[in-house]
Amino acid sequence: MFGKGIIKGFIETARNFAGSYHDPARLVTIQYPEEKRALPENSRNFPFLVFDGNDPIKGLRCVSCKICEKECPPQCIYIVNERDERGKPLKHPKVFDIDISVCMSCQICVEVCPFDSIKMDQAYELSATDRFKKLILSKKDLSKSNEYYHQLHPTEADAVDAILDAERKQHEAKTSMLPYGTPPTMS
Amino acid sequence: MTTTGMATIFLWAGLEQGLGRLVDLGLNQLPPAWRSWALVVVLASAMLGVFASLFALSTLLERKGLGRIQNRLGPNRVGPYGLFQPVADGIKMLTKEDIVPRGADGVVHFLAPIVLFAPLTMAFAVLPYGRHWVPLNLDAGLLFFFAAGSASELAAFMAGWSSRNKYSLLGGMRAIAQMISFEMPLVVASLSVVMISGTISLAAIVERQEAWLWVFPKWNVFTPWGLAGFALFIVAAMAETNRSPFDLPEGESEIIGGFMTEYSGFKYAVFFMGEYFGMFAVSGLAVTLFLGGWNAPLSFLPASFLWFFAKLMTLVLVFIWVRGTLPRVRADQLMNLAWKYLFPMSLLNLFNAGLWHYTAAWQMPGGLAVRWIVCFAVIAVPCMVLARTMMSRHQWAPRVYQYGN
Repeated sequence: MFGKGIIKGFIETARNFAGSYHDPARLVTIQYPEEKRALPENSRNFPFLVFDGNDPIKGLRCVSCKICEKECPPQCIYIVNERDERGKPLKHPKVFDIDISVCMSCQICVEVCPFDSIKMDQAYELSATDRFKKLILSKKDLSKSNEYYHQLHPTEADAVDAILDAERKQHEAKTSMLPYGTPPTMS
Repeated sequence: MTTTGMATIFLWAGLEQGLGRLVDLGLNQLPPAWRSWALVVVLASAMLGVFASLFALSTLLERKGLGRIQNRLGPNRVGPYGLFQPVADGIKMLTKEDIVPRGADGVVHFLAPIVLFAPLTMAFAVLPYGRHWVPLNLDAGLLFFFAAGSASELAAFMAGWSSRNKYSLLGGMRAIAQMISFEMPLVVASLSVVMISGTISLAAIVERQEAWLWVFPKWNVFTPWGLAGFALFIVAAMAETNRSPFDLPEGESEIIGGFMTEYSGFKYAVFFMGEYFGMFAVSGLAVTLFLGGWNAPLSFLPASFLWFFAKLMTLVLVFIWVRGTLPRVRADQLMNLAWKYLFPMSLLNLFNAGLWHYTAAWQMPGGLAVRWIVCFAVIAVPCMVLARTMMSRHQWAPRVYQYGN
């Protein structure tokens, strides 16, 4: 019959209208600042640095090798080595900045890091009124514990821990066989 | 009359008289020479105030209703249940920068919203809101309404042309084409009422509908020609006020904002308000012509201006429902609908109204029922046939070239 489609449409919208009042399952939106949708495990936006233990400075896995800085396509990572009093570079960063207004969330830094020290974060409420201060994250902002990493990406973090444990055991076995004083090598 | 007798029982009918008394009381304090002018001021400000608050209310209803239709909550942040959302919207609109494009024709660009808005408020003046509640009781009220209402076409074109923007111009031209096309079925559909009532005074048209069949009202919409005329009128009115599904002149997804593209701030707010005022005006006319104006829906209820506004808001809700349901039509479909469907149907409806009028005196077996069925068939059968033929698809064939083959 002519006009049947239009009438069907009217019934459908009327049903939506009435249904949205008594059936909360129909509502497709959530009330954002009060309610938040759980993020999927693999969601990612910007990188952060993982530290083991309780001290974010000493426990930092980063050895300041600068591979991520060199690989970063938009060059948003800036690293300065810590040096001892004689100017010899130490194996941890003095400055580690990521400009998240430049970062494109490509995860290449995570893929190239040989020490599993840089991982992807899920924090998305990052709006700021000053892009030069608030959107350039320093070492202090970036350092987050391994437990935090486990919360974000449990599966991935377990796998990383397993690999690190295996490496540590292998390393211990090697160093115990080697004569005293041989410098350790990272595989 | 029984209705006026019962009016005093009901508080809200008392309100109507009370308001009138109050105005009288106030006016009597003034020197006689000032009274008529003071009355004009009172009426004009009352009308503007009422319709501006209805505008605020219906923007809220529209946003909430559309939200619910799409399984969303709609605005719920400002005030309880988002009730103050129109206030927030208004403040936002008024504090925005008023940008005029460098290439625009400044004077025409400035005048366009005024030219849209002023005639619409004039059209409000002739609508009968209640018994003896006609701000301007013209003998040719209907004519005045259409004359004032058609000025909005000029405004749309002024806005489209003066903005010096291709989207504005496209929107303006679409608006002109659409409004002129749909003016025809709109006027012809209301002519059927004029034929039956024998007057173009809107107040008199409402008074003619003050008749009862037992407790049920004899509004024009409850006759075959009235039903068809009402349907035609509403469809044409939707197109005339650029409401979805006929919102081609704005067509956000196609031409940004149409003739309103280059407007911002207060001027945009005036356009927006003008659009809603247009909707109120045609809804008010539809209520006056077909839905019995201020008459009560049942004979034992008192007549009141509140019925008028209740019917008007019901129509506005229907408009919102339609907007939430139907997708926008294409420009060629729009023109086909106006000229090949609505216009012939409204002409036929004039004939139908005549048939209804002249069969009234006939002595027939079955009486009213037979008359109803015959008159309904006169309009329904051609309606179906016309729709069928318009819906039949073109047969696609390979293109034949005159010289190329």
